[in-house]
Amino acid sequence: MRVFGLYNYWVFAVLLMIGLYAIIARGNLVKKLLGLSIFQSAVFLLYISMAKVEGGTAPILRYAGEPELSSNPLPHVLILTAIVVGISTIALGLAIVVRIREEFGTIEEDEIQSKVRDQ
Amino acid sequence: MTAATAILLAIALPLAAVPLIALARNRPDLRESVSLAAAAATAAAAWSLLPEALSGERAAVEVFRFLPGLSIRFEVEPLGAMFAALASLLWIVSTVYSIGYMRGNAEQHQTRYYIFFAIAIGSTMGVALAGNLLTLFLFYEALTLSTYPLVAHHGDERARRGARTYLFILLATSIGLLLPAIVWTWSVAGTLEFTAGGVLEGRITDGLAAVLLLLYVLGTGKAAVMPVHRWLPAAMVAPTPVSALLHAVAVVKAGVFTITKVVIYVFGLEFLAHVPAEKLLVWLAGFTVVAASIVAMRQTDLKRLLAYSTVSQLSYIVLAALVLAPLSEIGAAIHIVAHAFGKITLFFAAGAIYVASKKTDVMQLSGIGLRMPWTMAAFAIGALSMIGVPPTAGFVSKWYIIAGAFQLDNYFVLAVLVASTGLNAAYFLPIVFRAFFRPEVAAPAKEHGEAPWPMVAALAFTAAMTVAFFVFNGPVVELEYGILGRPR
Amino acid sequence: MTFAEQLPALAVAVPLGAAPVAALLGRGSLPWALAAVASVASFAVALLLAVAAAGVDAISYDVGGWAAPYGIELRITSFSALLLLIITGASSAVLLGTKASLDAEVARGRRPYFYAAWLLAVGGLSGIVASGDAFNIFVFMEVSSLATYILIAGGSDSRALPAVFKYLVMGTIGATFYLIGVGLIYMMTGTLNLADMEARIGGVADLKPILAAVGFVTLGLALKAGVFPLHVWLPNAYAWSPHAVTAFIAACSTKVSLYVLLRFDFMVFQGSLAEHGVHFSGFLLPLAVLAVLVASATAMSEGHLKRLLAWSSIAQVGYIVLGASLLTEAGLTAGIVHMFNHALAKGALFLAVACLATRFASLALADLAGAARRMPWTMAAFAVGALSLIGIPGTAGFVSKWYLVLAALKTGAAGAALVAVIVISSLMAVWYVWRVVETAWFRVPAAGAGRDEAPLPMLAMLWLAALANVWFGLQPGLPLALSESAATALMRYVQ
Repeated sequence: MRVFGLYNYWVFAVLLMIGLYAIIARGNLVKKLLGLSIFQSAVFLLYISMAKVEGGTAPILRYAGEPELSSNPLPHVLILTAIVVGISTIALGLAIVVRIREEFGTIEEDEIQSKVRDQ
Repeated sequence: MTAATAILLAIALPLAAVPLIALARNRPDLRESVSLAAAAATAAAAWSLLPEALSGERAAVEVFRFLPGLSIRFEVEPLGAMFAALASLLWIVSTVYSIGYMRGNAEQHQTRYYIFFAIAIGSTMGVALAGNLLTLFLFYEALTLSTYPLVAHHGDERARRGARTYLFILLATSIGLLLPAIVWTWSVAGTLEFTAGGVLEGRITDGLAAVLLLLYVLGTGKAAVMPVHRWLPAAMVAPTPVSALLHAVAVVKAGVFTITKVVIYVFGLEFLAHVPAEKLLVWLAGFTVVAASIVAMRQTDLKRLLAYSTVSQLSYIVLAALVLAPLSEIGAAIHIVAHAFGKITLFFAAGAIYVASKKTDVMQLSGIGLRMPWTMAAFAIGALSMIGVPPTAGFVSKWYIIAGAFQLDNYFVLAVLVASTGLNAAYFLPIVFRAFFRPEVAAPAKEHGEAPWPMVAALAFTAAMTVAFFVFNGPVVELEYGILGRPR
Repeated sequence: MTFAEQLPALAVAVPLGAAPVAALLGRGSLPWALAAVASVASFAVALLLAVAAAGVDAISYDVGGWAAPYGIELRITSFSALLLLIITGASSAVLLGTKASLDAEVARGRRPYFYAAWLLAVGGLSGIVASGDAFNIFVFMEVSSLATYILIAGGSDSRALPAVFKYLVMGTIGATFYLIGVGLIYMMTGTLNLADMEARIGGVADLKPILAAVGFVTLGLALKAGVFPLHVWLPNAYAWSPHAVTAFIAACSTKVSLYVLLRFDFMVFQGSLAEHGVHFSGFLLPLAVLAVLVASATAMSEGHLKRLLAWSSIAQVGYIVLGASLLTEAGLTAGIVHMFNHALAKGALFLAVACLATRFASLALADLAGAARRMPWTMAAFAVGALSLIGIPGTAGFVSKWYLVLAALKTGAAGAALVAVIVISSLMAVWYVWRVVETAWFRVPAAGAGRDEAPLPMLAMLWLAALANVWFGLQPGLPLALSESAATALMRYVQ
């Protein structure tokens, strides 16, 4: 049952594809950004999954007698950074969408395209 | 003045004149005086190199290192010294002519014209005195680019189209074929210096050498070997002094000069003798000689006719260089000079006719010899030189080329020479005949005599030189013996 | 610790530290002044680093005193020193030269943030090339990308907004791919330090995740570098951003991604994966050839000056990749030196565009007829940049072309075909830039406008860039030395 034992990674792959699909297939800019957000979250899951050590706990100071095993803290820290980066990216993207809406009056990709072409 | 200084001066003086010409843009007299002074000074510098070259000295000057083992370097070498002296002398003449032509025609943008003319001459000096292939290539491209504004001078659709063809063919051949050839040479031989006897022998197989030679000959688009000759007729949209000096002397001679240098100093005559495709190129050049003459016969526009005649005459030089007999190499070098004097005379005459009468078509020239006797007499001398009739310069070079062909029993070359002599006569003599012996069809719209005097003076001078060179060709022959050793 | 030992940190810290200050300096000229000063200071640091890195293998700096591989390492090699020179040099030149253009395009209220973003971009890009840590590179990549999006959208052209949105989405996908790749490698090796990774990959038993990582990293970075066919974000992002921004990012941003790409593929993967070289060039060489040909062909028929130059940039990225994918020292040298030379040429060309834009409302070719009568100096400098782009001898572009042809010839029979690609695309370049030159010089302007040049500082900087093209065309010693030692260092890992 090794394949199902790795279900975290399956979820990662599925989420990644869902995100990518939304980015490509949706014409609405906000939906595209949602797809992008899902896409990034999938990667967070990848990192967290690999950090998990079975039976391990949080890597904090322990008292005598408690189990020594702990999860790998480094990917957690990395992903904290990556989450911040992801939030900034989405925030900036949304800000751009707001500006696009102000300028073009729409957030549908094809309508923007035709308006740009008219300029 | 040492030779090194003279070399640098010959290249730098025309370029130094550029800002002065630009500054004097609102005072035509001063501007043209500057041009003339620069021309005279350049010629003095270039001519001062001749005794050195004659005595067999090879003065050299390295400007700076470009890449490891590769530098921008100049060297006086007999062939180059001769080319530099020729181009700089004719620059003086054609500046005088330009003054008459540009004013007589009331042309626009005259300052731009003189500026780029000077840059083009500076580049020509660089090509002539280059000490290695890289330096030569640098100035070769500079020459292409600096003549572009001269070809596009009139700025109308026709001039732009002509200039586009001009630039594109020259750059396409030089970047597309010549540059890879040079890099290839560098990669197999490890040097780009011009070395007596060549640098390639033993470093490349005969088959690849054939490919390389083909790259060089076709890549040197300025030599206008068919099929890369189309730029030359296209360049005829330029003002006539440009066609005269640049497209009969400086640019095209830079091309054949490059091929001659490559043949002698990169391949070496002995190595080339057993390169298989060498014969193919002889045929290609021979074909160009004859085919271009046939095309020239069908032209009615005088300048286009002269352009095709140039294509044909240039291939004489390429052909002579590729015959690989020492005597024909000398013939090639002499023909560079002989054709220069003859063709510049013809172009000068064409420009004088245009300025005086606005006529450009051969058919319109009936009886014009009576109105412009000096011009048409000079034209006749130029035409005789193209055909190769004594006592003109063209005879001398043909003599040496034929002698070289006999040395190697190369009857193909002999046949080409005979055929083209006939063809040249067939398209030049009717023009002379028409000009002097046919009555005018109708009176011209405006009465006219000769063109302005600076033009007549210039073309009379070059015509006189064409005749004089028949007699006084000794120094050039001596110069060339310097490279090849006296033939046995 | 001496001052010299702190240089690697300063290269990143100066622009990053100045960024928040710039945001607080109000709406006057102060943010610009600070950005310019910080840029020039970084340039000075980069120069010192280039001198220091020329002789040694690498200058290593442990951030916070934590030793690698546990701490974050800054690692300056001659390759990264060259890139630092390009980044900070481009930034300084553009900031000092194009204040007038920036003032015209960036609204007053936005200026403090705009210059803060500019400094963040410089800091981020410098961080990418200085860092020796894979995750650190990701963070710097995102810092610089986010800042670049702001810069592109910071002007007054509303067409920049959809363009930057597309860039943001694609850039984020690229960065995320890179992150996945790094994650997979970390999973298998337990390290994020590039040098350490290289050593440990050899000991990994199951190479499948590593191979997947190679794909993700290469693809993600190729996307950010605008490697054909992942270039679709590039033309519009370049075309509608403020002109000064275009000059800056065209000179350095794609090259920085290429730098990371080369660093990963040569230093990390090449030495430890069998057949990696074959896969690398089998994947990238065809793409490079296509980039060079297709993008040049598109540029030939493009009617807008900035888009034309943007397409040409895609083709030039192709040249760099082409050189690298030959997997020889000569090829890498050619590719790396072309990073420098192309930055010079495109920098000069886009500076000329910025100058043109101060006088012409539209940059469509049709509207630029006779531009040289109005702005002869600008167009003359443009012509110099154009010659460098074509690769005429005596300009910087010639040096790259020389090395590229030489490298291709050395690969034997197949090399002849590559030489053909290189020369054909050069001729296409002649075609597309000469359309501009001819339009500007030999077409009659619509209205008889008199001479009306760009402001003097812009013109001065433009000519400085143009003359740099000539200078480095005749004296290519410094960039060549750095490129050669970078290429040697990278080739050491090739089996």
